[in-house]
Amino acid sequence: MTDSELQTSTVNAIQAIDLVKRYDDVEALSGVSFAVPFGSVTGLLGGNGAGKTTTIAIMLGLLLPTGGTVSVLGVDMRRRRHQALPYMNFSSPYVDLPARLTVAQNLRVYAMLYGVRRIKDRIAELADALDIAGLLDRPYGQLSAGQKTRVALAKALINEPKLLLLDEPTASLDPDTGDWIRRYIQDYQRETGATILLASHNMSEVERLCSDVLMMRAGRIVDQGAPAELITRYGRENMEQVFLDIARGNADHTFGDGTTSPVS
Amino acid sequence: MKYEPLNAPAPSPLFQPTVTARRAAAMILRYTYLMRTSWPRIIELAYWPTVQMIMWGFMTQFLANQTSYVAQAFGVLLSAVLLWDVLFRGQLGVSLSFFEEMWSRNLGHLFVSPLRPGELVCAITVMSFIRTLIGIVPASLLAIWFFGFSVYELGLSLVVFFLSLLMFGWAVGLMVSGMVLRLGLGAESLAWACIFALLPVSGVYYPIEVLPEWLLPVAHAIPSSHVFEGMRAILQDGVVPYGLMANALLLNLVYLAIGVGIFLFAFHVARKRGLLLQVGE
Repeated sequence: MTDSELQTSTVNAIQAIDLVKRYDDVEALSGVSFAVPFGSVTGLLGGNGAGKTTTIAIMLGLLLPTGGTVSVLGVDMRRRRHQALPYMNFSSPYVDLPARLTVAQNLRVYAMLYGVRRIKDRIAELADALDIAGLLDRPYGQLSAGQKTRVALAKALINEPKLLLLDEPTASLDPDTGDWIRRYIQDYQRETGATILLASHNMSEVERLCSDVLMMRAGRIVDQGAPAELITRYGRENMEQVFLDIARGNADHTFGDGTTSPVS
Repeated sequence: MKYEPLNAPAPSPLFQPTVTARRAAAMILRYTYLMRTSWPRIIELAYWPTVQMIMWGFMTQFLANQTSYVAQAFGVLLSAVLLWDVLFRGQLGVSLSFFEEMWSRNLGHLFVSPLRPGELVCAITVMSFIRTLIGIVPASLLAIWFFGFSVYELGLSLVVFFLSLLMFGWAVGLMVSGMVLRLGLGAESLAWACIFALLPVSGVYYPIEVLPEWLLPVAHAIPSSHVFEGMRAILQDGVVPYGLMANALLLNLVYLAIGVGIFLFAFHVARKRGLLLQVGE
């Protein structure tokens, strides 16, 4: 599959249809369907256990759904995920890089895995952009949380992904570092036109970065829309209040168009 | 959408051998970096085989004066010690390289990259080969210096024995890695325990004919017993046991197929159960 075929094979970077994931008696996802258009930054929101990580793991091909289909960059992830993987990448505070390898060694190994050309130049470029040049020769395990996040982001960008999946990219960071990371993600998306799916608990981050939001609760998508649209629809002042309404199951009011919240 | 990749990877068709080799090489590089970070670890690889060789060397010297069995073939016990370590190190080399990824919670990153399980298997078997050489070669050279015995006198047969035991070690290592992927790191002691279950039936230090009759079919069904019987045939009778070598190699193909199968099945189950994101210390 060529670069242009990947792009034109579908209008959506991600297309999930009726995804179900069951672990014995527990249903982690119950018929999740959504689409993420090319070039968008989409937020995946929900409380703990809502199904965000499960959804992201299925998008990445790390987890097989019990039912339903997911197509990423036009590729069926159940059957042909190796065609899409070189064009995607991922970062999560819950998945580490080898602690004893230096930052440069980690980035070199991943650059080789992704088939990056001019590896030295690419690492230097990212080190400069993410301000990690001074960390390249230090073991990853010795870095602070903020430094690790920047290195993990460098790893996630090593192949200049068309699709970037970020699981809580600013979790446990101080406000300054968090702001810096958000700005970098914004700039990267603007410069490359990449599609970004972002799971976050930080609502101001979502308002700032996301053009679209998917709200999850108990393994279902319960609402979807642009942040401003959701705030208006729920009659709230910000996304945090919308989030609380949905997470607590309080969003049972009737919308302006006469429909009721799917949560109710 | 406008997108002009500066460093975009080459397209990834279903089969592209050069790409496959590059990804396996990336993983070999990763384990080499890891090995280089700790000199004590490299020294430890050679330490235990050397200690074993010295202990059994002195034991052999003592027994050579006491029993005609050892006196007839001085190197039998020393060769057995060194060859057993090939099997042990071969298995451990595979299992430990895989466990490194679980300990460092790195499996999630690895398997969202284009790396395929088969490429990881290639990389960890190459690392097992390197780790085994680092462990065994110094001990075998010291055996010449200390006891005047060279395991290299086995000639080309040594190469066959070495490869046979290494392949069997890989097969067991892959089975163990698959089980630990399925059961979690709590089961990692399997890596040390499993291989020692084979020690009594492999006839490492004695001919398998001393085993009870009901155990003999088990001994015949594992490649290591054919290797150690073959080793004794050369050192004691001066006969090159082509039949035993062929048996060992054929059995190894079967065990390797089973090992790879179990590992890939465990990987498939891990994808079904979401284990690739959960593993860690």
